[in-house]
Amino acid sequence: MKWRKAKLVEGTFKALMLGSVAVVMGSLVLILATVVWKGVAALDLAMLTQVPKGGYYLGKEGGILNAIVGSLYLAGGATVLALVFALPIALYLQFYAARSRRAELVRLALDVLWGVPSIVYGAFGFIIMLWLGMRASLLGGIIALAFLELPIMVRGMDEAIAMVPPALKEASYALGATRLQTAVRVAVRQTAPGLLTAVLLAFGRGIGDAASVLFTAGYTDRLPDSLLSPAASLPLAVFFQLGTPFPAVQERAYASALVLTAIVLALSLLSRRMAGRLAKHVIR
Amino acid sequence: MGALALGAALLVLLIAAALYLRARPILNARPLRELLLSTAWHPLKGEFGFYPFIMGTLWVTTVAMLIAVPPSLLTAIYLAEYAPPRFLAFAKPLIDLLAGIPSVVYGVWGMLTIVPFVEHTIGPMLSRWLGALGLFRTDNPTGYGVLAGGLVLAVMLFPIIIAVAQEVIQSVPQGLREASLALGATRWQTIQNVVLRRAWPGVMAAVVLGLSRAFGETMAVLMVVGNVAQVPHSIFDAAYPLTALIANNYGEMMSIPLYDAALLCGALILLLIVLAFNTASRLVLVRFLSSG
Repeated sequence: MKWRKAKLVEGTFKALMLGSVAVVMGSLVLILATVVWKGVAALDLAMLTQVPKGGYYLGKEGGILNAIVGSLYLAGGATVLALVFALPIALYLQFYAARSRRAELVRLALDVLWGVPSIVYGAFGFIIMLWLGMRASLLGGIIALAFLELPIMVRGMDEAIAMVPPALKEASYALGATRLQTAVRVAVRQTAPGLLTAVLLAFGRGIGDAASVLFTAGYTDRLPDSLLSPAASLPLAVFFQLGTPFPAVQERAYASALVLTAIVLALSLLSRRMAGRLAKHVIR
Repeated sequence: MGALALGAALLVLLIAAALYLRARPILNARPLRELLLSTAWHPLKGEFGFYPFIMGTLWVTTVAMLIAVPPSLLTAIYLAEYAPPRFLAFAKPLIDLLAGIPSVVYGVWGMLTIVPFVEHTIGPMLSRWLGALGLFRTDNPTGYGVLAGGLVLAVMLFPIIIAVAQEVIQSVPQGLREASLALGATRWQTIQNVVLRRAWPGVMAAVVLGLSRAFGETMAVLMVVGNVAQVPHSIFDAAYPLTALIANNYGEMMSIPLYDAALLCGALILLLIVLAFNTASRLVLVRFLSSG
């Protein structure tokens, strides 16, 4: 009798668990299906190859090339800027401060940074710009996004470098290499796929973020021609076009959302593929 | 390199200090009590009461957590304890994908499917059955409101809570499970009485981590929550979370006295709340995962 009841409870919870998995997976499918379904209908070549022409936001001709290029510049610049800081920090954590209390504190701080809302990064970037006397610009957006990407990139790299087998490090030290040489020539090369995954993950997060560029990058219908001119971005293109009262423009917001989603998905697939390919030469 | 690492570690403090410096004019001009508890929000008259916005954030977050936590934990348990390796290899990347979708895309999805669903299906249904309770009464003709925001936010929280909770559950030593199974317990009994009991602090930390993420989410919530500056009384009422307030008004904040200080004060309040929950959760997780 008792056994029967236990079995019944087990079965109930298993059904609940499978149901939950279905809900989680189902939401993903539903989101992608909605975005593709609504987006494809409004997507055409002009949207991808033209900047907004006069009256675009009333439903006239043009496209969102300004936002696509702007987003690539913003996220690309931010990723490069973050990388300059992230790689040394990750190497420091693994090679110079390994297993010390200090490294744990830095990791904790980075994890906490990861959780800071992107709107706060936007506000912080805005304050920096006020201090520097800058206006809303590509550079402002890049700085705010770099702050947002930094913790993601460092923690990703940190975990990748932690995978280097101790024997490999010891072999390098035994040959007389310094810590820096071992870190740069052995560890970075060995963990290149993992490092790249971290970089692409950060890039993907940067290109999709709206709240931090809202304050800092501004928005323009032109292609950005210098670091100090404002830059459009895809998430804001979606947001602003949805905000107009014209159905034709709202449809374009759906198409813009599809473009953004496609870029993020492509990045995710790319990082998986690259990771697999580069991993072939890794010594385990 | 050490200096860089130290700099990154101190970045949180730097952000908080910068926000505090810019928010100081309003903190000097108005008592904190008035800022936090007044419902009067009239920037032109110099009245900045954050109460409706703080309540908006709390309502949306609470609803999102109530919706997100049960399925997230059940999914995490399934993935950690039951799922065959093949299914895991298939499901993990998809859940990661859910985490990678930009929040503005969640917002679009919410406007296209969740808002009409709330408006035409859940709203009429719940208010007919449970309308006697004020919580489910609705005089909001649209679907834009707390429930729509909560639903969209809940889906955004799934991958975060699942990933951390799964890691925590998997870190419970295998020997404990085997001991329980050897005593004749079923798998679920083992999970309930041994695994979860042991993993409890870590699972709570996963939930709190989701909570802190929910506080700070901006774009997706802003797009479906209605943005009416009022204290909500029902899950169908429109709300106006703090994040949405900041995002919607950054444009005019430099042209009205004290407005910029007030909005950056809002960002500071948000940051402090998120930091408190986030740090607590991370400390528990570090201790839990390293104790093994």
